[in-house]
Amino acid sequence: VAVAPEKPAIYEGTRIPSPVPTLLTPAADLEDVLQVNFGPNHPSTHGVLRLIVDLHGEDVVGLEAIIGYLHTGFEKNMEQKTYWKAVTYAPRMDYLAFQANEYAYVAAVEKLLQIEVPPKAVWMRTLLLELNRIHSHLIWLGTGALEIGAIGLLWYCFNARDYVLDLFELVGGTRMHTRYFQAGGLAEDVPRGFFTECKKFCDEFPATIDMYETLLTNQKIWLERTRGLGLLSADDAIALGQSGPVLRASGVDWDLRRDEPYLAYPELDFDVPVYPHGDVYDRYRLRVDEMRESVKIIEQCLEGMPGGAWIADDRKVVLPPRHELHTSMESLIHHFKIVTEGYRVPEGEVYVAIESPRGEFGCYLCSDGGPKPWRVKFRAPSFVALEATATCVAGSLVADMIAIVGSLDTVMGEVDR
Amino acid sequence: LSHEGVPGLVETKEAHGETTLVVDPARLVEACTYLRDELDFRFLSDITPTDYLGWGAKGPAGYIGTAWGRDLNAPGAQGYARVPAAKPKRFAMNYHLLRLEKGARGLEASPARPSTPGLAGAPSARRVRVQVWLDDGDTVPSVIGVWPTADWFEREAWDMMGIAAEGHPNLKRILMEDDWVGHPLRKDYPIGGEPVRFSGEE
Repeated sequence: VAVAPEKPAIYEGTRIPSPVPTLLTPAADLEDVLQVNFGPNHPSTHGVLRLIVDLHGEDVVGLEAIIGYLHTGFEKNMEQKTYWKAVTYAPRMDYLAFQANEYAYVAAVEKLLQIEVPPKAVWMRTLLLELNRIHSHLIWLGTGALEIGAIGLLWYCFNARDYVLDLFELVGGTRMHTRYFQAGGLAEDVPRGFFTECKKFCDEFPATIDMYETLLTNQKIWLERTRGLGLLSADDAIALGQSGPVLRASGVDWDLRRDEPYLAYPELDFDVPVYPHGDVYDRYRLRVDEMRESVKIIEQCLEGMPGGAWIADDRKVVLPPRHELHTSMESLIHHFKIVTEGYRVPEGEVYVAIESPRGEFGCYLCSDGGPKPWRVKFRAPSFVALEATATCVAGSLVADMIAIVGSLDTVMGEVDR
Repeated sequence: LSHEGVPGLVETKEAHGETTLVVDPARLVEACTYLRDELDFRFLSDITPTDYLGWGAKGPAGYIGTAWGRDLNAPGAQGYARVPAAKPKRFAMNYHLLRLEKGARGLEASPARPSTPGLAGAPSARRVRVQVWLDDGDTVPSVIGVWPTADWFEREAWDMMGIAAEGHPNLKRILMEDDWVGHPLRKDYPIGGEPVRFSGEE
């Protein structure tokens, strides 16, 4: 069983509202209830989220989350594109954890293709996923602190985040949505100078995290605004399908990187931080710890980075090297067929789950044997995290609601897809 | 691990290192309760509806649609190496379940490093997919009582695919507007079928 037995109970029983688990309704005999529309456009909704909040004085007694304002039909669009072209869509859903989304989709395609990925690509993917985790947690920390009033943190975090984006730019040419992974490996070889820059970042970043912690961890206002708020017990978190930092801050020791190892994670040495109290403060502590662990993982990736090919040598799936197009008819045909018609993926259905910065990010992929996905469905951890809002917010003050919703770390692009 | 005792089990499929349990829709809640309580699948990862309308229909190969009748959006408008196996009914509802267990690390000696989750080795006993097959207009029993997290997933399945979860206390659209007509992820829902409101012709 995943739940540690000695862990103190966060609260007795369950707090999930009934009969609708995501809908908090005020008691029928409660008078003077004011219904307020929070969002869809509000600086602290992390995108376009609308919460219909029932207030009794300053107490939140009712809550309904309305989503869908950013729905753009990613899944439908991906069905119309070849596998090769649909890669571009995946990172644009969760625009903070773009590499993670991209990897989940590419891994699903690779699983159906049964294609072997060369070690260098495996390790490089691991490295980039961890950099991406740092990137996502930095934005969460910056904006989360901003919402509670610690404006300075936003600038410090975005400063470090820019550093990470510089690394992405170095490796993929763009700062976000790099589209650097593709079925079989990486889109291009790792550019010269990347590893040096990355090492430099790893050397400097822990001191930066120390600075964040100096500003927040023991600060009185921060403690009062975060401790004991947004409670979610381990059992409720599991029942509500919570994953990632929200689940681990509720005391459940579960991390797909360790428990369902993929990429190079089985060979790496890292800890999975777990906190017992299930409140906003523990979610904060947990994400900060995860950033430290990510730095450790990146350092190990840099040390263990194998050489050799960066993409599989499978001409039916992978684009041939550019220089061959001028001399080899065969390569030219392969290139033409992959770009126009796309590669065909064997019939079947798979579900691939990875640990994105927000939790279990799953990609269900169904192929009919043709060059376009028959069905793509993403299990968005933010979507599920929002389901816990009603449980977490129950009984809190309206000002704390902002901290609580923020602590769930939702990205609306991913929620609405 | 045996799935023999799952109520209403029709068929067990093993493919790509994943286990799929095809279950009789009428006994879905019973099967899910059994999986949660007896086999410890306490975590519902995902509910995915899939529309198989036009599955395996022969179409012209190639990617670009033309003005001369080749319909890019028609189901199966693509070439096959072979015609895929027929499906029993139009819709499938897939429930991806997970058993939370600690410490896979070090317990299993993996023969090769799995570069892709689940690629190498035996089917993972930690995950299972419960699948029910439905015709157009069929409803599926709601599993919200088994896993509360099913709430929004079932609303999404209704909104996007038009599969109603019977017994869901709050079944309404979630991503589209309340007055939207049609279910966008169905294969017969057109792409670009929405009228442009402020075009130059008006």
